[in-house]
Amino acid sequence: MFKRISALVLVGVTTLAMAGCSGSGGSGGSSDGKIVMGFAQVGAESGWRTANTKSVQESAKSAGVELKFSDAQQKQENQIKAIRSYIQQKVDVIAFSPVVESGWDTVLNEARNAKIPVILTDRAVDSQDKSLYKTFLGSDFVEEGKKAGQWLVDQYKDGTDQVNIVQLEGTTGSAPANDRKEGFEQVVSADPRFKVIASQTGDFTRAKGKEVMEAFLKANPKIDVLYAHNDDMALGAIEAIEGAGKVPGKDIKIISVDAVHDGMQALADGKISFIVECSPLLGPQLMDLAKKVVKGEQVPDRVVTEETTFTQEQAKDALPGRKY
Amino acid sequence: MTAPSPAPASGSASASPGRRLLGHRLFWPAVILVALLLINPVFTDGFFRVELKDGHLYGSLIDIVRFGAPLILVALGMTLVIATRGIDLSVGSVVAISGALACLRISDLGDQNSAGGVLAAAGVALALSVALGAWNGLLVAGVGVQPIIATLILMVAGRGLAQLITDGQIITVNSAPYKLIGGGYWLTLPFGIVIVLAVLALTAFLTRRLALGLLIESVGGNAEASRLAGIGARGVILTVYTFCALCAGIAGLMISSNVSSADGNNAGLWIELDAILAVVIGGTPLSGGRFSLGGTVLGALIIQTLTTTIYSIGVPPETTLLFKALVVTVVCLVQSPAFRAKVFHRRRRPAGASPVAEEKVGVSA
Repeated sequence: MFKRISALVLVGVTTLAMAGCSGSGGSGGSSDGKIVMGFAQVGAESGWRTANTKSVQESAKSAGVELKFSDAQQKQENQIKAIRSYIQQKVDVIAFSPVVESGWDTVLNEARNAKIPVILTDRAVDSQDKSLYKTFLGSDFVEEGKKAGQWLVDQYKDGTDQVNIVQLEGTTGSAPANDRKEGFEQVVSADPRFKVIASQTGDFTRAKGKEVMEAFLKANPKIDVLYAHNDDMALGAIEAIEGAGKVPGKDIKIISVDAVHDGMQALADGKISFIVECSPLLGPQLMDLAKKVVKGEQVPDRVVTEETTFTQEQAKDALPGRKY
Repeated sequence: MTAPSPAPASGSASASPGRRLLGHRLFWPAVILVALLLINPVFTDGFFRVELKDGHLYGSLIDIVRFGAPLILVALGMTLVIATRGIDLSVGSVVAISGALACLRISDLGDQNSAGGVLAAAGVALALSVALGAWNGLLVAGVGVQPIIATLILMVAGRGLAQLITDGQIITVNSAPYKLIGGGYWLTLPFGIVIVLAVLALTAFLTRRLALGLLIESVGGNAEASRLAGIGARGVILTVYTFCALCAGIAGLMISSNVSSADGNNAGLWIELDAILAVVIGGTPLSGGRFSLGGTVLGALIIQTLTTTIYSIGVPPETTLLFKALVVTVVCLVQSPAFRAKVFHRRRRPAGASPVAEEKVGVSA
């Protein structure tokens, strides 16, 4: 019951805040020719996400797009309510990163009925009906998982011993967690030496990453590799590994995804072994797509962001120029 | 346990020791905790092994108390609030605010390792926590807003405040003295547990050796009657909310110190619900008027043991919540005297126990 009440109040507060934002624009909409975009962010659960938020906000400003921003605090119900309020305000385009993959058909249908185009960013939805959204801009998480797995296979190509892997998964049910796990397993499962001995969600946060890793270390005496679905969980796990008297990066190799600043620092310091980049700087591409979609131009239904991978050496070179 | 056991209202002198044990209000929480702990060795070898590593204790049991420490603190504060027939939903936000402010101050320090600077930062964070608690107390006692609504305000707004402090970023600090609070060790013991023991001892002393506990219980039992009896109910309520926020503030320092970073969005998320659960499992009724500090500590440990157990025995992430829900349901049922009475109805009562004692046992369990 507390949750419901809190959700209600949240919505109330968000709506008030939004009303405040759009005060000058009257009924919202593009009265002054400016595109109005409603953006429903997942939350601020990691450094990656905040960099993503910043990129969207800054590129909206420079592209002359009026941005209505909401933070769902990792709750799907908050996000659905935010999208509904954007529909009521008649924004020109709605963009959002779904908290979880499923359960979006109803609200996306409402947006379609209101003739507001929807762009998915960063995370996909598992709807059968692809016409519910215009395009999906984001990374290919399965590919990221494959890259992580490939590096591991290359590292151990000469050995014959079993390689014990523990996995820190992202938020259960989220696209990056599902896909990074799937991509990794596709590559790694080809060789029976690789064995995922424990896998648990760390909710993409440092605190949970540390707590879960502590338990893994106690329950599994021999861990060779940690595969974390994001840098923050890896950073938490590093503390747990150090607390257990082991050397992260040496005793336990760590593979992670994202390449946020703190993660890159740990990579350069030799604590993380390998990072697959997942760029949060989607803002400029998103604004381009939004303008095209509003004009009614055809856009490809899948746009992949450009990304790379980093070894420890590459991290040392790349670190000074990193934006996030 | 370290529980300062208040005089148990168990049976009369003629009751058998076993009967008295069964009737002790901490008996069922303790049984549940032990049962949960005993599941683990089946799946994990050496679960109960505690060794000395790098000059500090190391093992699963240590983990449970270490990660459980913030929850115990928050639940302790919550116990007193609930004893006045109130509730504090804002503790999670206070956790986030306190950690965020402390980390922000430390990250601004020229030398992050200066003990003075860290103490000052922690002091400022705790002072703000106390102020937030006083705000809650004022709304409840002064203005007369219902506790659930009054604290809901800060629960919602507080997270925004925490994000405002951190600017939506995760603030990473690199400070050895700050690290000590939640992630360090003192005389081989996790420092967090030392803090918990200190707060617990202080609370037990204030409420069980001095009259404060009695005043809290009387306000929770009947605020109007207490006022007529000359008890400053408003002052008592203000005190418990302030204390609750202080506990949450310390917990916030611990949580952010443990990972050397402040996360305005996730730190202490939903900890208010865990804390309320811990209080209830510990045998403090939501209707107020009575409380058990020892029970709350056991309740918090049960919740943390459950979490650690889930990680250790490898419950798949998709079913974690369901598993937790089932265990919590069972725990609450076992805790309920009404449920136990129904299930064990046919069991013969020992001849020695008088009906009066019987009734007392039922109420206090």
